[in-house]
Amino acid sequence: MEKHCTDSRVKGVSTGTTILAAIFDGGVVIGSDSRASMGGEYVSSKTINKVIQVHDRIFCCMAGSLADAQAVIKSAKFHLSFHSVQMESPPQVIAAASVLKDLCYKNKDELQAGFLTAGWDKKNGPQVYVVSLGGMLISQQVTIGGSGSTYIYGYVDAKYKPNMTKEECLQFATNALALAMGRDNVSGGVAHLVVITEKGVEHVVVPGDKLPKFHDE
Amino acid sequence: MALANIFETPAPGFNFDNAGRNAALEGLFDGGNTPKPMKTGTTIAGVVFKDGVVLGADTRATSDEVVADKMCAKIHYISPNIYCCGAGTAADTEKTTDLLSSNLTIYSLNSGRNPRVVMAVNILQDMLYRYHGQIGANLILGGVDCTGNHLYTVGPYGSVDKVPYLSMGSGDLAALGILEDGFKPDLELEPAKELVRAAIQAGIMNDLGSGNNIDICVITKQGVDYIRPYRESQYKDNRKMKYKYRPGTTTVLTKEVVPLKLEVVQETVQKMETT
Repeated sequence: MEKHCTDSRVKGVSTGTTILAAIFDGGVVIGSDSRASMGGEYVSSKTINKVIQVHDRIFCCMAGSLADAQAVIKSAKFHLSFHSVQMESPPQVIAAASVLKDLCYKNKDELQAGFLTAGWDKKNGPQVYVVSLGGMLISQQVTIGGSGSTYIYGYVDAKYKPNMTKEECLQFATNALALAMGRDNVSGGVAHLVVITEKGVEHVVVPGDKLPKFHDE
Repeated sequence: MALANIFETPAPGFNFDNAGRNAALEGLFDGGNTPKPMKTGTTIAGVVFKDGVVLGADTRATSDEVVADKMCAKIHYISPNIYCCGAGTAADTEKTTDLLSSNLTIYSLNSGRNPRVVMAVNILQDMLYRYHGQIGANLILGGVDCTGNHLYTVGPYGSVDKVPYLSMGSGDLAALGILEDGFKPDLELEPAKELVRAAIQAGIMNDLGSGNNIDICVITKQGVDYIRPYRESQYKDNRKMKYKYRPGTTTVLTKEVVPLKLEVVQETVQKMETT
């Protein structure tokens, strides 16, 4: 496997990704690409799942080292489940984000993983949280992450409006992911999107060839 | 939690007990020419087909430039319905799969349930992640259980991916080309076996670390067909002579027999309670 890993700062498989989450009127959309790479030149998986469900109405997107992110999410799922049993009620989105933040902050020397957490809970409605590499936790209306996010900051800043409809928000998210995948070599594959509302959870998968095309494609 | 505690929960953090032993061992080889661990320098592949999973592997184990084992078994038994191909450091893949197999058997006996592929994957992921890539095992796990036919890859750092077709090892890129071209969902048994064979063949032809014969393992709901070898190498060497010498090759000049004088000093009889 040595020939696959060249200069990447992440050892092993990296998600080298584009992830985003955005709040709309009544819910939240969270999405990612599906490429896993090793060393920036070998695509080890075209269909990796980076949007993981950690509870009924809470999803997380992972970025960074795939092994670290999967391990942290596994641990977070357990803690959240246990917390939910003890409280006898579904966890709040901030609880999920805090669990991830705790794991990332306490093990910041060993881990290379960042997360977006998005979900809906009864007390605060739709929410989006970012847990960065070192364990910072902040809440935002719309957020993007991963290596591909650098190419779409302009798009997101210009096109995001609060209180969009679900369809507008889905289109916004698909466009953003498509633009990032078009410019970032370690993002690609299909676009995985999940729409979370009070009523439930809806998965939308947009295959690579159905992604919106822009002027030079 | 009794069923889940198959491993004894290890002490938190890294265990550096062997570091002292390793330093002492390295001291034995002055000049720093410590023997390199034997790598399997492999091509392994797996494909999910209509009725199950086909796993394939070459059979060459290399130690630098020398072929250490021409008929190495790289498809390891995990449970009656789960098999695992291993690439990377030979000892690591052997021991990791052995450990996994033992633990799954204990679990099976304790819970009265057949193990699921996803459980095997989770145990492997936890173990490999804990060692942060120090265990050089790239594994392809395939099996059939009550939830369907599954194929997973587990990397040495503990990353997991569930896929319909896969190849690993030093010959993976060559094999992947064949798989990408020939894979279709819901293949029949014979085309699936042929696809895996062709993929391993590509690895053998184009990678120096892979070679010799091709092993195939077909896992279906009905059972397992472990065909070893599925295809023999056409470059097999036939020994011209035997290396066994018949008695009498070396002439016996003299023979002397000295019986040992032994005295019975003490005799005790201990009755065993078998009731």
